Amino acid sequence: MEIVTISLEMSGPEASRKYIEAASPEHPSLLDPGHLIDSLFGVVNIPNVVWIDEQGMIVRPAEPGWPGGRAEMPKAMMTSMPKMGRAPRAPEPPPDGPGMIGLLGSGQNRKTYPDAIRDWVQHGADSEFALTPEQVVERSQPRPISMSEGAAHFELANHLWLDDKRDRAISHFNESHRLQPDNWTYKRQAWSLLGNERVGGDFGRWVQAPLVGEEDAWPFDSDFGSDVAMLEAGEYYPKTL
Amino acid sequence: MRRRPRPSDTRSPYIANVAAMYCSVMIVDTLDITAEQFAAGTGWVIKPEGACRADVCVPLYNGGTFDAASTAERLRMAVVHDEQAGLWAIGPESLGDRALVSAEAPDFTLGNLDGNMFRLSSLRGQKVLLVSWAPY
Repeated sequence: MEIVTISLEMSGPEASRKYIEAASPEHPSLLDPGHLIDSLFGVVNIPNVVWIDEQGMIVRPAEPGWPGGRAEMPKAMMTSMPKMGRAPRAPEPPPDGPGMIGLLGSGQNRKTYPDAIRDWVQHGADSEFALTPEQVVERSQPRPISMSEGAAHFELANHLWLDDKRDRAISHFNESHRLQPDNWTYKRQAWSLLGNERVGGDFGRWVQAPLVGEEDAWPFDSDFGSDVAMLEAGEYYPKTL
Repeated sequence: MRRRPRPSDTRSPYIANVAAMYCSVMIVDTLDITAEQFAAGTGWVIKPEGACRADVCVPLYNGGTFDAASTAERLRMAVVHDEQAGLWAIGPESLGDRALVSAEAPDFTLGNLDGNMFRLSSLRGQKVLLVSWAPY
């Protein structure tokens, strides 16, 4: 089995380089600045995994998955993150949510996911985890035409950001988020661009919200903390396995 | 690495050249493009039986003359216009209301760190696990 990693980062290869080189992979490590695999496969988050058999048929459509088991945040990140505020236009979070750690840890089971992959490697089409073509299509992400519109706005945002037309780009990012509210790659990408600029360093890209005191200078309609707070347990990484 | 956009050429349409061979969103500065340009940008090839991709063909009732706007409409591709920027984006198809029209994995080409292009179908004969990630 070949693992192909795909980085959904629009800033160019340097943003991804140190992680790819640290992993020293023998497998293909590709760059997808336009998040095209979202449109091609129905990817909506990171990490998402797609299983493809020897004949080029998808046997599991895009879903949350961890081929290597648990992914841990670097310890240094937790202590070096600045205090984040909320986007001024973000909705008020419900009072009794599970909290971010609870939300990110619920749904798809990270610990057992690699076992399912191993089962498929061993048993192929006979694996209980390999789906029929009809099931694969049925289980792939819904796409009403508003999704297509969201993807179009995201690509325009990408294009215009790189052309330094930032106000137009941000307007299109906000539209893409409105039209594809379940697409976390579109959201996190956009928010991380400003976090990286304003905070920088090793973990600036993980700052996906305004800093406390800078809320009025945040041009996006929401932020990571605010959007995640609107979810119920299991909604961020839905259980599909 | 993604190229910065170039200025519009008045003689031929500007079509954003992105890293994937199969671009499922096209950016153009005019909708007056040819069937070949549409195919190169979206992966949908125009044949006598209609617009085709993988094992799916959608009939086009246009009397044989290619028109991007009506073809996009038939394929349920959203078309977004940014008048200020002078650009259109043609979104991915939304047939059947699902991200996948067929279980056949769409072939794509993406670059790696060295700028070398890698095509998914080069792995035919092996099981493949695509894994999305990001440095955020």
